[in-house]
Amino acid sequence: MFTIGLTHYLMLSSILFAVGIFGIFLNRKNVIVILMSIELMLLAVNINFVAFSAHLQDLTGQVFTMFILTVAAAEAAIGLAILVTFFRNRGSIAVEDLSNLKG
Amino acid sequence: MIAAISFYMFSLVLLASAVMVISSRNPVHSVLFLILSFFNAAGLFVLLGAEFVAFILAIVYVGAVAVLFLFVVMMLDISFAELRKGAMKYVPVGLAIGGVLLAEMAFMMMTFPTAPALIPAASPIPADIGNTQALGRVLYTQYIVPFQVSGLILLVAMIGAICLTLRTRPGVLRQKIADQVGVQPHEVVELRKVQTGQGVE
Repeated sequence: MFTIGLTHYLMLSSILFAVGIFGIFLNRKNVIVILMSIELMLLAVNINFVAFSAHLQDLTGQVFTMFILTVAAAEAAIGLAILVTFFRNRGSIAVEDLSNLKG
Repeated sequence: MIAAISFYMFSLVLLASAVMVISSRNPVHSVLFLILSFFNAAGLFVLLGAEFVAFILAIVYVGAVAVLFLFVVMMLDISFAELRKGAMKYVPVGLAIGGVLLAEMAFMMMTFPTAPALIPAASPIPADIGNTQALGRVLYTQYIVPFQVSGLILLVAMIGAICLTLRTRPGVLRQKIADQVGVQPHEVVELRKVQTGQGVE
């Protein structure tokens, strides 16, 4: 209980990942909160990587955490840009309307 | 003991703020709780001895990504109450899928032992230098190609975001610097002889 090992971090990150997935279902109409849920899931993955890095005494996990952060930042920027363009054209951000994003 | 208490404190606040991110009615509050959860994850990273990643998370994520979210949320004029209508319908499905996934991961963790001695570390943590220096040593030598590729990904994302959001509206007065610089003197200035006592027409 009071010695924190790898399992504690893995449990924490899997609960966080499940919260992120639940958030996608709960906010099915709101793209902004879906993007935030994806950020939470990526954060859970990062916690996993860093926990294994500390457990295995290997820096690779931390290096890959930085790459994940890079890709997540790019994803957030592109997603929000698409959202702004979509809102400019349609006047709403409802996910149901997103099906007519073509070409 | 202190480490255990800090772990439980950080993870409790992290999970609580994650729940608030997905359940809060106002998206601005969601973004602020997202910032809180990033800070707590940074605290967990410090506990794990990864200071550099922790500060990258606090500076880049809170400073750039979360502020970008906040900016977009405040810029779009949307009735968010409308978007939440009927959201309760999806709670059972979401709970079922999230619960099944959580149970699967818990079972896997309980039955899958890791043996660190059997896996040779690709880049072991050196004992004599700090975390940031050690990361720099492997990032710019062993992982130089992925590092450059991630820079390229950021460049592509930047160009893509600009291309998506740039628009040229008609009827907007703009400064045309090339036209201003390219003006010739004889086009705009006219020299005339003026007789004393008479004006110029």
